Amino acid sequence: MTVNELIEKNGLKALSLPDGEREISGVYNCDLMSVVMSKGFSGAAWVTIMANINAVAVAALTDMACIVLADGAAQDELMIEKSKAQDINVLMSDKPIFETSLEIYRSMTDA
Amino acid sequence: MSNLSLKYVVDNQDFTRAGEASSDVKKKLKMMGVPPEAVRKVAIAMYEGEINMVIHANGGEITVDITPTQIIMILKDNGPGIADIEQAMQAGWSTASENIRALGFGAGMGLPNMKKYSDEMDIDTVLGVGTTVTMKVNICVSHKI
Repeated sequence: MTVNELIEKNGLKALSLPDGEREISGVYNCDLMSVVMSKGFSGAAWVTIMANINAVAVAALTDMACIVLADGAAQDELMIEKSKAQDINVLMSDKPIFETSLEIYRSMTDA
Repeated sequence: MSNLSLKYVVDNQDFTRAGEASSDVKKKLKMMGVPPEAVRKVAIAMYEGEINMVIHANGGEITVDITPTQIIMILKDNGPGIADIEQAMQAGWSTASENIRALGFGAGMGLPNMKKYSDEMDIDTVLGVGTTVTMKVNICVSHKI
């Protein structure tokens, strides 16, 4: 499933979409950057509440497919700017982390 | 392949640019055909070091030497130095402020991660003068670039 397909299927809002055709390999959850650095994986849809510029750096370094800001996490202009420069897709969901992640997982397995 | 040396300046407390040096090194290593596992190790170890320099040490300078068999990262700062290295190496121990923790850092995992993802790590620190961390990541011999 691509990031574009995920947006369409799950009704997520795209805040930054420089690479919508990127394939998603799985769902990942964590809000602690050091853990994300070592456990985050290539192609992940990373569902988090960490709406800051460092999340973009971590997603880029771990080669993730997209960041999904859950729980209506506050938007950060700098983050969006940086995500466009670093080719990182950033989506938003109003639902909590678990529900958001479960729905992404279901969309992937139903596909 | 001849050796390549890269230099980066890490700005003091500039979270908007933290990670740029690691990101650049990662891109260059990928382009050079370094095996993905070595690239990943360098990216993690160097990013943690870069973040540490921003949080704790008023920034500094990073030199990355790429040889056919090894990637050597030298992170030099003029920060306060580390009083007790053994304590600093303990997972979960951190002096980071609440502001830093709110950004998802300061969990006391930086130095342990740096050690875990490098094949060799050496810390040279003098209180009030600064710290130099040298990390080496081996490029698997069968995958020489």
